[in-house]
Amino acid sequence: MKTAAANKKIRSRRTLSKNDRFTLAAFIGIPTLMQIIFLWLPALITIVLSFTYWNGINVGDIKWAGIANYKNIFFGTPVFYEALKNNAIWLLWFTFIATPLGILLAYQIDRKIKGHKLYETVFYIPVVLSLAIIGIIWNFMFQPGGFIQGIMGRDIGNAISIWGNYDINTYVIMGVASWRHIGYIMLLYLAGLKSVDSSLREASAIDGATEWQTFRKIVLPAMRPVNIIIVVITIIESLRAFDLVYIIYGTSTAWPLLNILVFQNFAGQGISMKGAAYAVILLVLCVGPILLYLRAVFKEDLK
Amino acid sequence: MTTIVRDKKYRDKQKRKDNFISVFIGFFAIVWIFPILWTIWTSLRPYNDIISYGVFSWPRHLNLDNYFNAFRQMGLTRYFLNTLYVTVPAVLLTLFLGSLIAFVVSRYSFKFNLSLLLLFTAGNMLPIVLTYIPVFWLYIKIGDLFGNRSLLYNNYLGIVLVHVAFQVGFATFVLSSYMKTVPKEISESAIVDGASVFRHYWNVMLPLLRPPLAALGVLMSCWIYNDFFWALILMSQDSKRPVTSALRQLQGEYVTDFNLLAAGAVIVAAPTVILFFVLRKQFVSGLTLGSTKG
Repeated sequence: MKTAAANKKIRSRRTLSKNDRFTLAAFIGIPTLMQIIFLWLPALITIVLSFTYWNGINVGDIKWAGIANYKNIFFGTPVFYEALKNNAIWLLWFTFIATPLGILLAYQIDRKIKGHKLYETVFYIPVVLSLAIIGIIWNFMFQPGGFIQGIMGRDIGNAISIWGNYDINTYVIMGVASWRHIGYIMLLYLAGLKSVDSSLREASAIDGATEWQTFRKIVLPAMRPVNIIIVVITIIESLRAFDLVYIIYGTSTAWPLLNILVFQNFAGQGISMKGAAYAVILLVLCVGPILLYLRAVFKEDLK
Repeated sequence: MTTIVRDKKYRDKQKRKDNFISVFIGFFAIVWIFPILWTIWTSLRPYNDIISYGVFSWPRHLNLDNYFNAFRQMGLTRYFLNTLYVTVPAVLLTLFLGSLIAFVVSRYSFKFNLSLLLLFTAGNMLPIVLTYIPVFWLYIKIGDLFGNRSLLYNNYLGIVLVHVAFQVGFATFVLSSYMKTVPKEISESAIVDGASVFRHYWNVMLPLLRPPLAALGVLMSCWIYNDFFWALILMSQDSKRPVTSALRQLQGEYVTDFNLLAAGAVIVAAPTVILFFVLRKQFVSGLTLGSTKG
């Protein structure tokens, strides 16, 4: 509820003393300057560098490359398409499996089914863990001497490589990624669901609507703002997915992702600035979702 | 009469269905928590037991030796201190700077308010890899400029600054949306009373911001604590790395003694998990306020 009084901002610049104006300038200036120097400026520099050859040491050595780095990526680097494919798999998996599961989970927990408090906690714990820890935890499952190997009857001596098995590692990685993502989505959605009027749901249940109908026709439309945010998070997280795979494979391209390629080309062979070009490609892919997000959250202000 | 019967029938059916759903989710919950329990279980067993009797053997010895050894052999205490040197200043600085911007855009109507908010919020969503190369290079150059190469590079200050730059957008966004709900009359009366801008911020607004600041503080402590990546890039000295990065390093070193490693992982996980249990309310409301993490 916005009243006219609440909308009225403190306007008159005349009431501001010299001192106050200085304070305000500092309030805005210091954080903005920091944000620009350590975030936006580096981002811009990376965009420029993606059109150059450089070893990353002396500014004088920078050579203009035009679109050579991009040409090289698009036409001379098959691993780029592999990375795109893996990012796409990640996105599809999250969109059609992990995110919907998180939403359904939130819906059931919000209905206060038996044990909902405990479930909420259990599903959220993976989200507060560092990826460095998650890597170790899942290694205890899959590595030689780990639980899964044990179940398959394989001791340390005759263990098989699960991470290195190309038939299954995609599923394994998606599984571990979901382990974290589902809880995150669940909590976000749960917070949103608290704002949905529960009498609406009861009414539709009494009218004989099935659970699924109530969810689709009542809950989902009422959650529109949260839905948009969750869609954006799902897309962005899939595009810049990185840590988990890095924890498992390092910068090798055993299971490449765009973000891994950026890092590999930055840490390894920094002569061509191909890493910068990969980062820019990633940025281009992220621009759409970012704009979508900004439009959703600043809808009122943008009018 | 008939409606009541139908109602009861409906409720019974619903109840049975709910029980089924609960059991179903319960099954998944067990699968979910299992890897963590398994890690804890592993951490309680001596290495030799597993080597001689196998992974699924009945435990002959269960003790906390691995935990003591993890602290001693891995030097976790020092790494925890490193984490502290990074996390505490980074969180405080992020909240402080974020609250400044949020204060100005929500209490004064400048033309650039919206652009400023967009700049900060969008900054939080940028793919962070975009900044790696220039930040690395910038840090070394700034250091050379002041005649001290480790002014920012290989220094806690450098890690703090990148965390602040990246997280401040989220803080700004959350705090400004919260401040919009604070009645303008409070500010107006402060101004009528002749309070300066600084007093208006410090004595009037900041105390009102305690709930979202607490929520953000918890959330950001967790994120910054968990980050291990910046330190791998910007800290050349192993001994100065925060505990999560160190754990990553130790994983390679202790790859065979996984009972010790398990204990290390549990120790490093403990602070955020405890934080989550103790300050769960703040945790959840932090996410709700922003509805997104960058």
